[in-house]
This record gives sequence, C-alpha cells and structure tokens, in this order.
Amino acid sequence: MKNARVGLLLALSLMITAPAFAAPDQDQIEKGHKVYDKWCFPCHGTGLGKPGTDSLAARGQKPAVLEERTDLTVPAIKTFVRHGVLFMPMFRKTEVSDADLDAIAAYLTRNNKP
Amino acid sequence: MRLPPGVSSADFADAIKQFQDAVGKEWVFTSDEDVDLYRDSYSPFWHEDEEPIPSAAVAPDGVEQVQAVVKIANKYKIPLWTISTGKNLGYGGSAPLLGSSVVLDLKRMDRILEVNDKNHYALVEPGVSYFDLYRYIQDNNLKVWIDPADPGWGSLIGNAVDRGGGRTPMRDHFDAHCGMEVVLPNGEVMRTGMGALPGSKTWQQYRYGFGPYVNGMFSQSNLGIVTKMGFWLFPEPEAYLTGTVSVPKRDDLGPLVAGLAYLMNSSIVLGTTSVASPLNFLRGDAELAALRAKPGGPSTQELEHYLQEKNMGYWSIELPFYGPAKVVAAQWEYAKEKFSGIEGATFKEGTLHRFPVDPKELPQFQNSVAVGIPSLSVFGVGGTRSEGHVWFSPIVPMTGEAVLEAQQVFADAYKEMGMSIGPLFFLGPASNYPRCFLVLFGFPIEHDVEKNKKNRENFKRLIKVAAEHGWGEYRTHTAFMETVMDTYSFNNHALRRFHETVKDALDPNGILSPGKCGIWPKSMRKASA
Repeated sequence: MKNARVGLLLALSLMITAPAFAAPDQDQIEKGHKVYDKWCFPCHGTGLGKPGTDSLAARGQKPAVLEERTDLTVPAIKTFVRHGVLFMPMFRKTEVSDADLDAIAAYLTRNNKP
Repeated sequence: MRLPPGVSSADFADAIKQFQDAVGKEWVFTSDEDVDLYRDSYSPFWHEDEEPIPSAAVAPDGVEQVQAVVKIANKYKIPLWTISTGKNLGYGGSAPLLGSSVVLDLKRMDRILEVNDKNHYALVEPGVSYFDLYRYIQDNNLKVWIDPADPGWGSLIGNAVDRGGGRTPMRDHFDAHCGMEVVLPNGEVMRTGMGALPGSKTWQQYRYGFGPYVNGMFSQSNLGIVTKMGFWLFPEPEAYLTGTVSVPKRDDLGPLVAGLAYLMNSSIVLGTTSVASPLNFLRGDAELAALRAKPGGPSTQELEHYLQEKNMGYWSIELPFYGPAKVVAAQWEYAKEKFSGIEGATFKEGTLHRFPVDPKELPQFQNSVAVGIPSLSVFGVGGTRSEGHVWFSPIVPMTGEAVLEAQQVFADAYKEMGMSIGPLFFLGPASNYPRCFLVLFGFPIEHDVEKNKKNRENFKRLIKVAAEHGWGEYRTHTAFMETVMDTYSFNNHALRRFHETVKDALDPNGILSPGKCGIWPKSMRKASA
C-alpha cells in the first residue's frame, strides 16, 4: 500500500512537468487568488512558519512558494487538494467547493507558459 | 454504499432522501469520492479494514436544519458523528469513531454573529475558524484578541468543546466560553446560562444563568450538538514582552518550576510557557553524542559542565507578559527578583512588541499564536516529510519533581518499546492550562500498516504507564478514547457509568457520536466491552 502512495507522488510529479495551457480567465483568477489566500497561503505562503513551503523547499521543489510556480497543472492541483500529500490533509467540499478548486487551479496556473 | 450499523439499505435510502429534503441535495454526500474526503488524513488505521470510514455526510446550514437531521436520524436510528471545521488532526480529523456513521458536517454554519470590543466577547457558529474570526476583527478594526489553537483552521467551538488550549491569557478555551446553544438528541434546541432567559442581555457576560450549570456535559461528549457558543476575548493589550530565565543545574528545576507556579497562580504570568532544555535541541551535537555514548551514560555533573562550557543553562523558561508596557516591564522585574534566589540564574529580555502590531513585525513571529494571530506553523512539528501524527497528551503536576519523574518514566517506557523520543516530537511540559503541565508526545502516522499497528500498541502502553503514575490524558484521538476512559476508573468506573446513565436518558436511540470518549449508547455497549 505504501507503494500506492509513492505511485501517487510519482504520478503527480509527472503531471507537474506537463504544464497546462488553458487560457486564463481574469475573473476566475481573481476569485482563485482570494480562495488561495484563505485556504492555501497560511501553509504555502512566504515568511516564517509556513510548513507547506518549508516541506516543498526541503524536497527540492523550486520555487517552493506555490504562487511563484509556472509548472503546476490543473489535475495535479486538484489531486493534492482532494487527496492531500504527506502532512497536508485532504479538503472537503464544504471547505473548498469544486468551483473554488477550479478557481484556485486557474490562479496557480495563470503564469504557465504555453 | 456503506450502511450504518443495523440500518437496512431501504431505510438508509429513505433517510438519505429525507436528509436531502432537509439540507438540499448538494449538501448530502454519498459517493465514495465525496465521502472519502471525510477520512482522517492522520488516521492510525491507514490501509486497514479497521479504519472508520463514514457511510455519508450531511452538511446543514442552520440550526433548524440540524434539528431536522437529528429527527430523521432518530427515526431510522442512524448514528451521526458531528464535526465543526473537521480539522482536529491528531485527534481524529473529520472521521467518525464508529465506522459507517453519517458525518454531520457543520462547516457551512460559519456565521460570526457578534463581536463586542467593549465587553470583549464573540458569539459564533461551529464552522467559524480562528482565521475567520481574526480576519473579521482585523477588517472591522476591533480592539480584541482571539486566542487561537495552534492550527488556525480549527473551529472555536470544536476546539473549545474538545477542551483544546492556546497560548494567551484566554488559553483555556472551554474555560473562556460563555453561553451555548445546543441541539439535544431529540432535536430540541436549548440555550444555556443566561441564554435560557428570553431576551437576555447578558448571554455572553454571565456564564451560569440559574440552576445547575450544564455546559460541561457538552464538552468531550455525545449528549448534544453545539450550534452557537460565546467566547470571552482578550482586550488588545498595549504590549507583549517575553523574558527568559535559565538555571545552570539539573536540580534547579524544582525551584524554577515552583517560581513559575507562584507567578502563574498569582496571575503575574498568564500565558503558555514550557520548560525547555538545550539538551533537547543539541541531540545532534558530536560532543553530546560522545558523552551519551559513554558506558553508563554521562553523569549529571558532566552534562552540567558541557552546557556551562557552551554558556547555556540546564533548564530555561520563557515567560510571556501581556498588558500595558509599564506593567509588563514591572512584571518581568518582579519575576527576575523571584528567580534570583537560584544560584547562577541568568535572565534575557526579549523584544517588546506593541499593538496593534506593525505588519513588518509579523515575520519575526515563528509562531504568532502567542500574540493572538492564527497560524499553521505547528504542522512543521513532525518535520518536512511527516505524514501526520497523533498526540499522546498526559497532564502532570506543575512541579520540578513531577517533570523529572515523567521524564524518567516515559524515557524508560520508550526504551522498553524500542522507540526514541525525537526532539521534534516532544513538546512541553507546557502551561496551556492553569495549575498543571501538559506534555505532548507526537506519534508519527505513516502509510505503513505494520508501523501503525506497532505505534497503536505503544500508544496504548503509554496510556497505561501514565495512569499507573497518576497522570491522565486531557484529550485523545478517537482510536484511543476507549482506552483512556478505561483509566478514569475510580470506584469501578463510576464516572463512565454516570455518563452512560445520562446518555441513555437523553439519547435513547444512541444516535449522537457513539463511542465518543468511551461513552456508548446502551444498544452498542456490549459490543464495545
């Protein structure tokens, strides 16, 4: 079963290396920024005491701050939010709705290069 | 689809339809994909059949909807497991104790009903997190502090009714509450304290109301669903100052803790602090490792000398002070005077922070919860590759002798179990609660069945070892509630039998959170024995 977890991480790594090319929708990106600030920034933001950022940095992810990434894909973002990874828990739909999750994904992929 | 214990598929289908009518179809979750989101991300049962996965989840948006759900659950005898924000990670997360229960998810009830910065209180619903209330206070420029639990996404209500703690003068969260609204197991709504008086003007200002004070019966319990709760808030202080006291010898712990107890019980220090030793964070130091590798280990004198050479004390305590700048300075001066009787004691004054804090100062706080700013920094506690943890959390007396005894007893127990106490997984002894110390041991959770099984055995062993020495857990993960309640056994488990009597009277169908804190309804009691 541990192999299944490793498999999930490998699959996510592959998804990260395949950038998404969806055209950005500014309203969706702005909404995503707000949802991100509420749900993601406290762990993945900048500054001291951000364990998500620290964990990504320790695992060699560059940049470790998610908002600065240009290689995240929509499926990878959704998988992390709904399944969790390492000490990041999964998030229920009463916390982050499917619509919120679409907006987070739009925000975090806004700078991806086609 | 999983079925709740003893419920037929036809009845469950009828109940689901009625839940949908009550709360809206989109807020009843039955697909595996949706229900799996209610699993405990830090479950000690990962990949085992024993993992308690719910059958469905229902998310009402108001007290009337909660009442409707409870009435339907009674009709079909469906167990409901209530969560608020569902982020009680380390103590069960959003998962039920009893597999195939229906989770009653109160996250949508996230209204901040009132914040008063003249009498300093708030009235909130269960879905309100520390982050939510903090933002509301900031957005409205109110001069009050919240006392966050370490994880800022926690619910004020959920944490308080689980008797969680924080770090500021309002750190005992259940003690800081004032007034509840509760849906009882029969679906009736009750308000406690002054809330029982229609039109009361003091629901959040006088706790007790009239007659027996019942609020404690809704903490760590399965006797009702708290849908509103008042909290006393701390008036934004002018300043926050810390001062660190270090003492050179191992035997100085007694007078050091005695001084701390005096300052806390005299209301001079009113925040969370903990007894620390550099020997914890110097574990990787080669010189210390060499000392420890000596046959028979290092003597106390050798350790004291080693620390002295590094210009470090054997023990230290960082004292927090909250209040007017002149007052906190005077409190620190008094504390120094109090500890100056310990030979070799040294004192280090921290930065004085004034409030409202300049946003530029915020990055200086590794953990900002000590100044009322919620954070998630605690999740770094297990290291950057942690897969989660559960907390073993006994309460020990606030004396140096008790700390040394606990240190020896748990070190021996860990050794017997072939475990080591990692420096990142041992917190405290801390003063999150008045008059005692809380010690926290993080047990790592892994996605490895055999390791988790071994950890569960070890966890249960520690519960018993602690109880044999007179130390009980203040709170525990759902997986260990039965074991912990077993240790509170005075007079043939009179306390648990009392809880069961009340449970049977109030909840004859046994629908509310069966098994919570080892309290089972009559119909399930034999199965749990």
